[in-house]
Amino acid sequence: MSETESNPPAEDEPNRERTFGDYGGQYVPEALMPALQELEDAYQRYVLDNEDGFMDEFRERMRDFGGRPTPLQRADRLSKRYDREIYLKREDLVHGGAHKLNNALGQVLLAKYMGKERIIAETGAGQHGTATAMAATHLDMPCEIYMGRTDVNRQRPNVYRMRMNGAEVNPVDAGSGTLKEAINETMRDWATTVERTHYVIGSIVGPHPFPRLVRDFQSVISAEARDQIQEQAGRLPDSVVACAGGGSNTMGTFHEFVPDSSVDLYAVEAGGSSLEIDQDEGLAPNSATLSTGTDGVLHGAMTKLLQTTDGQIVESHSVSAGLDYAGVGPELSHLVDTGRVTPASVDDDAALNAFHRLSNLEGIIPALESSHALGFLEEAHEELGDLVVVNVSGRGDKDLETVLEETENRDLDAAPDVEVFDT
Amino acid sequence: MSGEQTAAIESDIEAAIREDHPALITYITAGDPSLEDTKEYVEALDCGGSDLIELGLPFSEPIAEGPTIQAAINRALDAGTTPARFFELVDELETDAPLLVMTYYNMILQYGSEPDVRPFVERAADAGLSGIIVPDLPAEEADPLRDACDEHGLDLVFIVAPTTAGERLDRIMSQVSGFAYVQARLGTTGARADVSNATHDSLTRLSAYDVPKAVGFGVSEGDHAAEIIEAGADGVIVGSALVDLIAEHGTGDAPAADALESKARELKRGARRGGEQRNGHEQGREEAPEPEQP
Repeated sequence: MSETESNPPAEDEPNRERTFGDYGGQYVPEALMPALQELEDAYQRYVLDNEDGFMDEFRERMRDFGGRPTPLQRADRLSKRYDREIYLKREDLVHGGAHKLNNALGQVLLAKYMGKERIIAETGAGQHGTATAMAATHLDMPCEIYMGRTDVNRQRPNVYRMRMNGAEVNPVDAGSGTLKEAINETMRDWATTVERTHYVIGSIVGPHPFPRLVRDFQSVISAEARDQIQEQAGRLPDSVVACAGGGSNTMGTFHEFVPDSSVDLYAVEAGGSSLEIDQDEGLAPNSATLSTGTDGVLHGAMTKLLQTTDGQIVESHSVSAGLDYAGVGPELSHLVDTGRVTPASVDDDAALNAFHRLSNLEGIIPALESSHALGFLEEAHEELGDLVVVNVSGRGDKDLETVLEETENRDLDAAPDVEVFDT
Repeated sequence: MSGEQTAAIESDIEAAIREDHPALITYITAGDPSLEDTKEYVEALDCGGSDLIELGLPFSEPIAEGPTIQAAINRALDAGTTPARFFELVDELETDAPLLVMTYYNMILQYGSEPDVRPFVERAADAGLSGIIVPDLPAEEADPLRDACDEHGLDLVFIVAPTTAGERLDRIMSQVSGFAYVQARLGTTGARADVSNATHDSLTRLSAYDVPKAVGFGVSEGDHAAEIIEAGADGVIVGSALVDLIAEHGTGDAPAADALESKARELKRGARRGGEQRNGHEQGREEAPEPEQP
C-alpha cells in the first residue's frame, strides 16, 4: 500500500457515553434496561476489546461469507459527465446485495457470543430482514422477522428470500403497516423475550448502545474506502456522499472520515414529492428528517423526527422503501447540528433519473436508496470538489418492479423506453 | 412513605393508597371512543371504588402496549384527541380519586413550543393531575422530568420490571414517588387469565423496600386482585380489562359506564378480600394489630 494517512483508532468520545451531544439516550421500557446494559457490556468486551477474537472472527466471516472488501471503483463515464473524479464504493457487491449484512452478521455473531438463543429483527423493504435471515442461518440461530403488512405485500420477493433462509416472517397489521410499526412490534417481542433473545436492530437508531454498535460494524465501509481512495487517487477526497434513511450506510461511509476536516460529508435524504408536513393528516410526503425534522424521542432515542406539533409521529414517504422512516440515527442528528455533516435531499423523480443514469452509463443498477446519493451528484456536483466518493449502498434488482411502474407514470429524462417490455 | 427527603409531606397519591388500603388503580385511554365518553367513564370508575385513576394520553407509537390498548389509542387518535383537549377534559373532571396521566415521553417533550418537559408538567398541575407515568422513561433519563414534577408537586411513578434487580432496583426504589408500579410479567400490557409467577417473585424481591407497591400488566379479575394483594402488594392496577369493556360496548351515550362501575366494584372487592386474607395470615403468625380496614 502506498503512503496513507490514518486516523488514530481511539475516539475523542468515550464509547460508553449514552449520548451524542443532545441526542441518543435510552428511552425504553424499564424491562429492556438490563438487556441494554448486558449489550453495552458485550459491545465493550467483544467489539471494542476483541475479547475471544470476536472481531477477528467477524472480519473473517465478512471476507469468506460476505465478500469483503468491496472495491472502490473509478466511474469513468460519470467522471467525464461531471468533469471531476467520481469514485463509487461498491457495497452493492456485498453478499445479499447491500451493506446490510455488515451489521446483521456482526450482531448475530455477537448474540452468539453473548449466549442468546434467538434472533428477532424488524424490516421495512426487506433488506435488513433478508440480511439478518442469511446471517442467522449462516450461524445456525433461529430467527423471526417482523414486517409491516403493507411492506409484506409490496416486497414479496424479499419475504420469500427470508423464508428460504429459514426465518419466520410475522406480518404487522398496526398503523400503516410499514417500518415504524415493524420496529414497535419487534420492541414488544423483545420486551417479552428479552432474557434469551437478541434484537438485531437494522440501523444506527434505537437506544444506546445500538447506534454505536451498528455504526462500528458498518464503519468497515469507510475504513476500506479511506485506504482505497488514498491508494488509488493519492489523496483524501474532497467530499463523500451517501444516502440517509435511518443512517446506517451513511455513518458507515462517513465514520472514518469524520476527523478529516478537509473532507465534506453529505447525507442525502429522500425528498419524496414535497418537503412539507401535513399537520392535520399526520403525513409527510418525504423522509427528509435531517433537513426538516424537529427534536423528539422515537424508538428509544432522542433525535430528529418527522412529527406533528403535538408530538405524534407522522407517516413518511419515499419511492425508496429503505429510506422511508420518520426518524434518523442520533449520531447523524448531532453531526448535522455541529455542522460536520451537511444534509441534503433529492426528490423521487431525481432519484429515479439517477437510477437510470447509473444503469445506462456505468452498467451498475443501483438500489433506489443509493440512487438518492447519485441524484445529489447530478444536482450539486459543482459544489463537491475535484475528488468525490459516493457510496452505492446496494444493488437495484429488488427495485425493478417499482422502477418500471414509476417510470411509466412519470416523465423521466434519463429513463430508457420501458414500454419495450410490454408485448 | 416515599423516601426520607420527602417523607414530611404525603402526596395525594400516597394518601389515597393508604386511606382505603389496599388500593384499586384503574386505567382507561382518554378519548376512547371520545373525550365526552371518557368523562362519564372516569366518573363511573370513581363511583366503582377506584382509589387512583390513570388516564392514557394517546401517542402514535405505544411500544409498551399490547393489542387492546393499542386499539384504544388508535380509536382515541381517530377521535381527534390532542394534549390540549385532554387537559380541557381533566380541567372539568371532579373525582374523589386522584388522577394520573400515563403517556410516552415525546408527548411530554413536545407540549410547549420548544422540546421541554416543563410546560406539560405545569399544565398537568394546573389541571389538577397528581402524578405522571411514562412507560418509555427509565430512571436513567428521568432527571429533567423529575425536577419539573418536584417543582409542581406531582409524583413521578416508576415502573419496576421482572428484570429489574441489583443496583438499578435500589436506585429506582430510592427515587419512587407515589408508588412503585410493579410490572407483573415481561412483555406488554393486556388482560390475562392468571396471575404470573413473576408477580410473587417481584413482590418478594421488593418486600424489603418501604414504599407502596401496585401491581399491573395482565390483571383482569377480582380473584387476581385478591391473589396479588394477599401476596403483599398495596394495590392493583387494571387497564386492558376495562378497555376491553369500552371496546365491547362501542359508541353511543357512554354505553360502557355501568359495566365499568361494576367491574371496578368486583376488583375492589377482590382487593379487600386479599387484604383480609393477608391480615388473617399475619394474625395466625403473630398477634396482629387491628386491621386497617373498616
